[in-house]
Amino acid sequence: MDLTIGPNAFLWETDVVRGFYRDLAATPAARVVIGEWVCSKRLPLWQAAILDAVEALLAAGKEVAISSLALVTLPMERQMTRDLFDMGLPVEIADLTALESLPQGHPFWVAPVVNVYNEGTLDWLARKGATRICLPPELPLSSVAVLARAGRERGVAVEVWGHGKAPLAISARCYHARLHDRPKNACMFVCGEDPHGRAVETLEGDGFLTVNGVQTMGFAVTTAARQIAALREAGVSALRLSPQPGDFAALVGAWDSALAGGGDGLLDELRRIMPEDAFADGFLDGKPGMAAAG
Amino acid sequence: MASRSPLLAALMRLPPPAPVLMAGSHLLTRLGRKMAGRHPGMIARLGPEAGKRLLLDATDLPALILLQAEPLSLRLFPRRAAAPPSDAQITGNLAAFLAMLHGESDGDALFFSGELSISGDTSAVLALRNALDDAEIDLAAEFAALFRAPETVVRRLAVVAGPRLGLSLTRMEALP
Amino acid sequence: MMELVCPAGTPAALRTAVEAGAHAVYCGFADETNARNFPGLNFSRAEMAEGVAHAHARGAKVLVAINTFPRAGDADLWHRAIDDAAGAGADAVILADMGLLDYARRAQPQLRRHLSVQAAASNADAINFYAREFGVKRVVLPRVLTVAEIDEINREITVETEAFVFGGLCVMAEGRCSLSSWTTGLSPNMNGVCSPASHVSYETTPEGQDARLGGVLIHRTPAGGPAPYPTICKGAFTSPDGAGGRQTGHIFEDPVSLDATFLIPMLQKAGVRALKIEGRQRSRAYVAQVVRTFRAAVEAADRGAEMPVGALAKLTEGQASTTGSYAKIWR
Repeated sequence: MDLTIGPNAFLWETDVVRGFYRDLAATPAARVVIGEWVCSKRLPLWQAAILDAVEALLAAGKEVAISSLALVTLPMERQMTRDLFDMGLPVEIADLTALESLPQGHPFWVAPVVNVYNEGTLDWLARKGATRICLPPELPLSSVAVLARAGRERGVAVEVWGHGKAPLAISARCYHARLHDRPKNACMFVCGEDPHGRAVETLEGDGFLTVNGVQTMGFAVTTAARQIAALREAGVSALRLSPQPGDFAALVGAWDSALAGGGDGLLDELRRIMPEDAFADGFLDGKPGMAAAG
Repeated sequence: MASRSPLLAALMRLPPPAPVLMAGSHLLTRLGRKMAGRHPGMIARLGPEAGKRLLLDATDLPALILLQAEPLSLRLFPRRAAAPPSDAQITGNLAAFLAMLHGESDGDALFFSGELSISGDTSAVLALRNALDDAEIDLAAEFAALFRAPETVVRRLAVVAGPRLGLSLTRMEALP
Repeated sequence: MMELVCPAGTPAALRTAVEAGAHAVYCGFADETNARNFPGLNFSRAEMAEGVAHAHARGAKVLVAINTFPRAGDADLWHRAIDDAAGAGADAVILADMGLLDYARRAQPQLRRHLSVQAAASNADAINFYAREFGVKRVVLPRVLTVAEIDEINREITVETEAFVFGGLCVMAEGRCSLSSWTTGLSPNMNGVCSPASHVSYETTPEGQDARLGGVLIHRTPAGGPAPYPTICKGAFTSPDGAGGRQTGHIFEDPVSLDATFLIPMLQKAGVRALKIEGRQRSRAYVAQVVRTFRAAVEAADRGAEMPVGALAKLTEGQASTTGSYAKIWR
């Protein structure tokens, strides 16, 4: 089992992005998916950093793929999706729209926001040329085990959500703009003010969800820290860590050590590295996803 | 809808004596059994919810009704005493219950408007609502069957009496 | 005339919908294969066959929704649903899962396939992809598009489109929402339930009523006030802005439902083939009123007459309605 770093879900300053990927190049992560997958409006703000990052990551020996958008409605977004295949990198499809412009034989990966719930779908995607699939975070371990086995039989690497605020929903409506009483087309990129998303609490004051532009995520960070042995046993080939603010390189290091060892004490280590975060791990146990880890 | 007659309203407020409650429970249970026999799919539709006890609180009736589908029983309880143990509770006025039963009002709409409220086991409430809705119950026809009275006569009576009482007593959608 | 596609959670509701003027009725089997897997709802195999016969005898179609995503290792239940829908004589199946579409194409090639809204095919490329790969003949459009975008889409595709015009409103792209499983462990995609009744509790307080989902407070309704469904996307929450302030309220959407009656002529002009009414979980009283009203509206649109408006307010959640994503301002 190794580590894949997913595409960043948040809007960060370009310099922050550059620093993030520079540091990431020095970590033991095996591969990195990069690109804008949440909101097409954000891409022009930071796309200048993408090529440099890809170069640095490739030079450091990482596998690199470029992510498509998760929700494609506008003509400009369709064009963006088609253009991805010209970059010469594997494309991670975050929506089936991308497959319509997939050149024959071009390898593709499948993002956790694509609905791969069963072997029938995995099989079909494998026949289309999928080589790597990150499963939806809401899948329980029992499903993960079946899909990991199916993936091995068909030569598809199966990944599981390892760490990060889980993507729970995507909408045409921007909740960040709505919170600021702005229309979506005049949002002035207010999501950029919240580098780890904006907290949504219950009326009783408990952290519940996170708003990230058009995306809704869990409030607690979804972690597979406690389930590493079970996932390895199931034959999962990689765990996906989702970029977040803070000392992310240290976080990758902690996961790498945990994969090398038994994973004991990883949750405590993560709490030390990211003291602001709450952790949840219900999904893999077939419980409510928000169930607290530990 | 016409307003309720004052005489009826006054009668409704009287605390019912125990023999009346017993007789009423007996009658309602017999009616329930008759209905279950006439609509065989109804109990099956309740599935795992059939054993749940639902407390029907029609706020303008002097007694509460505790309903269980399996084993089938409908029992009346005095409003003044402590409510009997139940899995779920549905509260609203009698007109709302009857309009829902006869397919004139939508249960969710009554819930949205606050005319009907529920507490406890929501699954049991939904299952009962859906099973009754599918069975296309007609209370007048069920009473007629129970007492072996001619259905058309009883339903015609219900058509006349219903508006005067402000209650839906028969399925208007299925009138001949 | 545009086809009016109406919900039926029970055989009685199916008969009611046909009687009220539905051109087509959609329904599902009583298990996890359909996205309204609620207690006391849906059809046995025998009821489905009877329902199809009843509808066909009166010139109406029956579309069977098998629109959840099969559980890994357990696809038989879903495959049987497709085979049994074909056996019952259904006019089409409504599917979302790629593996299941692939199965239906191979196992029941003559059975018409519609793409469920749960597949969230939100642009012409995605729709053309599903049409080519799986031979779907109609796509139910996700509730993320404006009327203008639907118009554009219809110019670039050859399959039919179906658009929701009334009922509960998903705020998130359908089939891509795990808010329910985050909170309860049960999801529309896996279990066919959103905010399952088994995890809902109502509690009367001195101020009114609290609605909880999986223990999470979703609404506080004042006594006797209008109550919404306890779905997360229409819940009331609070969000700190990081600068000492906070916004409290319906952060995702108010408790409203969709009513696009007055947009019907525009949807017709945009090339939409069928209009869909949400509400398989609703009673036959709802079905009768809504179907009758929309049948009249569809006929009026066909004549170029005015749309009847506001007739159904009482049936809507929060007793308020929106045109949702169809108007750009909603975003």
